[in-house]
Amino acid sequence: MGGYILKRLISAIPVLLGITVIVFLIMAMIPGDPATAILGSYATPENVERLNRQLGLDEPLWKQYFIWLGNLLQGDFGRSFALNRPVLDEILDRFSATLILAGTAFVLCAVLGVAAGVISAARQYGLADKAITFVVILGISVPSFFLGMMMILLFAVQLRWLPASGMYSIWGGGGLVDLIRHLTMPALALAVVATGVVARLSRGAMLEVLRQDFIRTARAKGVHERRVIRGHALRAAMVSIIPVLGIQAGFVLSGAVYIEMVFQWPGVGRMLVDAILKRDILLVQGGVVFVAACYVGFNIVVDVAQAWLDPRIKT
Amino acid sequence: MSLFLRLLFRNKLAGFGAVVLGLIVVLALLTPILPLHPPNETNTANRFLRPLSDGHLLGTDHLGRDLLSRLMWGTRLSLAVGFAAALVAGLLGATIGVIAGYFGGRTDNVTMRGIDMLMAFPYILLALAIVAVLGPGLFNALVAVAVVNIPFFARNIRGVTVGIAHREFIDAARLAGMGNTRILLTEVVPNIVPVVVIAMSTTIGWMILETAGLSFLGLGSQPPQADLGSMLGEARAALITAPHTSIVPGVMILLIVMSVNLLGDGIRDALDPRLRSGALSRPMAATRVKRAEAPAPKGDGLLRIDALETQFHVGPRIYRAVNRVSLQLDPGECLGLIGESGSGKSVTALSVMGLVASPPGVITGGAIRLNGQDLIGAPYELLRSLRGRKVAYIFQDPLSTLHPLYRIGDQLIEAIRVHEPVSHAEAHRRAIKLLEDVRIPNAAQRARAYPHEMSGGMRQRVGIAMALANDPEIIIADEPTTALDVTVQAQILALLDDLRRSRGLAILFITHDFGVVAQLCDRVAVMYGGRIVEAGPTPKVLAAPAHPYTKRLIACVPELGAGRRALAAIPGLPPAVDDLPPGCAFAPRCEKARDSCRAGEIALDGDARQVRCLFPEVTP
Repeated sequence: MGGYILKRLISAIPVLLGITVIVFLIMAMIPGDPATAILGSYATPENVERLNRQLGLDEPLWKQYFIWLGNLLQGDFGRSFALNRPVLDEILDRFSATLILAGTAFVLCAVLGVAAGVISAARQYGLADKAITFVVILGISVPSFFLGMMMILLFAVQLRWLPASGMYSIWGGGGLVDLIRHLTMPALALAVVATGVVARLSRGAMLEVLRQDFIRTARAKGVHERRVIRGHALRAAMVSIIPVLGIQAGFVLSGAVYIEMVFQWPGVGRMLVDAILKRDILLVQGGVVFVAACYVGFNIVVDVAQAWLDPRIKT
Repeated sequence: MSLFLRLLFRNKLAGFGAVVLGLIVVLALLTPILPLHPPNETNTANRFLRPLSDGHLLGTDHLGRDLLSRLMWGTRLSLAVGFAAALVAGLLGATIGVIAGYFGGRTDNVTMRGIDMLMAFPYILLALAIVAVLGPGLFNALVAVAVVNIPFFARNIRGVTVGIAHREFIDAARLAGMGNTRILLTEVVPNIVPVVVIAMSTTIGWMILETAGLSFLGLGSQPPQADLGSMLGEARAALITAPHTSIVPGVMILLIVMSVNLLGDGIRDALDPRLRSGALSRPMAATRVKRAEAPAPKGDGLLRIDALETQFHVGPRIYRAVNRVSLQLDPGECLGLIGESGSGKSVTALSVMGLVASPPGVITGGAIRLNGQDLIGAPYELLRSLRGRKVAYIFQDPLSTLHPLYRIGDQLIEAIRVHEPVSHAEAHRRAIKLLEDVRIPNAAQRARAYPHEMSGGMRQRVGIAMALANDPEIIIADEPTTALDVTVQAQILALLDDLRRSRGLAILFITHDFGVVAQLCDRVAVMYGGRIVEAGPTPKVLAAPAHPYTKRLIACVPELGAGRRALAAIPGLPPAVDDLPPGCAFAPRCEKARDSCRAGEIALDGDARQVRCLFPEVTP
């Protein structure tokens, strides 16, 4: 197992480098001059040139990349000109909020999705299956931002059960209960689409497994049908469900951008959209690299979980 | 094509999706000639009019613009952008996939590594980065969404292309001197078009959502032009005071995406052959029973099967896999059940404990009595308590019949503990003992192995150990040695014979090999086309087969040291059991068949020695 984890970690290095190259190249294609963007259009040519030199923008592209990469590796993501603070500080502040939101939504989608899929498969063509299938179709078709807005209308405006936006109350907030009250709606809204996808694929995976010979063996042994489904079948189906969960983590992270906008959640997604609209390139660059790197790391965790679950992989 | 449409509309939800989507598309196409307000005509005096207001069916937005008109124009735009993005992503992705898959080697490697790299991004990051470069705007959002989805198509299509590129007709085209371009265009592309269409139909809804999302964030269409996403984005500020301005575009997105998804699923299902054959339905815990009434009990015996009928109902077709089969198994006896593939012998065996997959399997008649108790239609809990405890199974291929993810020791422990409430430690001790009983060396150590870590012969020993776990009275062995090589086969047979004598087991042994029957079985029954055609004590049947089919079957066994002779295969194929001829099922392949053989029902004659033939080889 240790060897497998090491191998997976090493194989992530080229992927991470590739990510930095892609992000760097995309950002280098941005038309216009960053110095002018920072100093405004009334800046004197001398000032622009001086700033360009300061930022290292007069160097050739490949050299710029290695300077940037070298700084990244030392934890220096540069400075956001719009916020006038180090990019990494801003990212770390914002990312913890995103992690709470996306992490909760991910756990919800994994648990609810797999459970719904298993029930659906166990009662194929029954009432529960039809109900779940219907909800799933609805869930994967509704835009999460629209769903979030409707939830605000219902639960915050009409019923007044939950706060409509933010992460903590401005006055007297800060506790765990406060956080959970603020988190409930955005996490649910974010989880819905992924839950639908997970439920659907889990159902398929379960149906596929339930036809296998070893399920018949379990039944022939006299194992109770409940255990056949929750033990034998689910365990085998998890092998194909886990990679789907890995992919869904990416979708949850992506969906968080919309949900953060709708619920004014102080996360990294909102930060990125603001940064793009303000053309704050270093912040966009750093944010994208950081989130992508976290996603790669998460996928390693998924692969390791997969290998732990399926003894056939390690060889 | 008409079959496809029929299948598509048989799925009511897909039909619903098609109708709704069709309606929306037609309305969107007709928008320019409909009598609507101009979509961008502002009238701030009439801000936030509610739906059903005079002259504004859906009300107005924050600038007093007619919502219905904006909705229709926005729908038009969103649909156009969504379809365009799907088309671009599909075409580019498919091109990359085809090239990588067809040429293989380094081209493939480099391209797919690049694709993997792109897939390492959560999609929105990439889309945001692209919009950051190109600047906000609807066209740029389209480009971003298309680019982000290219990897998905490229990967899918590459997989399909790799499969096609190694097929014979491609080699043939190459030998015929066709160039790569021509092969790609005339041989490969036509074969992947359906795959691309399916992939597009299942992702188009997703792309409409993504473009709407970018517009919602303010990165897509710019004012005053609006697609559904930016309408929703603008309305968000007034969500609480004028919710209808949000609900109208939101519901439209939901409707469009849902109908596209329903239709896409329908298309995929209609093209999936597995769904048509019912191969995707879940087998129930016990075989379905639809029996009029049980035949009266006659005779005794440990296990008595009377006039058993098991059928497979697939659509309008009925396959009579087991057709009024009667068998008797006495304590300590080994009964061989022999026949070609598809003769119904396995289905007979699986029917005993209700293990025939259902759907499509149905037991439609007969009785199966264990110690006099009828098992057909017995409550699930009774059946379950007998499975493995009284009647245990050994299956053919132990690699697929053992759970691949559990250690074999744990599988044995489970087999013990489902029927006996013993401690884990005690069950473990017994499991090791069982492994030793079936002569697995280093049993304690092997118990920790997974099935894939063992050889075929060892795995089958585990299968036998599992069957012995609860000291059953009957073991049903369904071709337990077919997947093994000859020396291992002999060992397993010897082991079974030993166990049977030392434990007094009754064995129902299913096989297609008369050599095995001769070694192990006291009596033998021969099945053909779902019926017993001959039965009797093994030595007698072997020495003087009465049914022409039995005779041919015995002639199929090559004899070691008997010198060179032509192996006598039986000409023709076993009958399709959904369309059995009247009379003898073997008649079409039988040299001795006469008209009377095809005329009508032929009875199974005899007592200890039975034969179902009008012109038997010998008089039993």
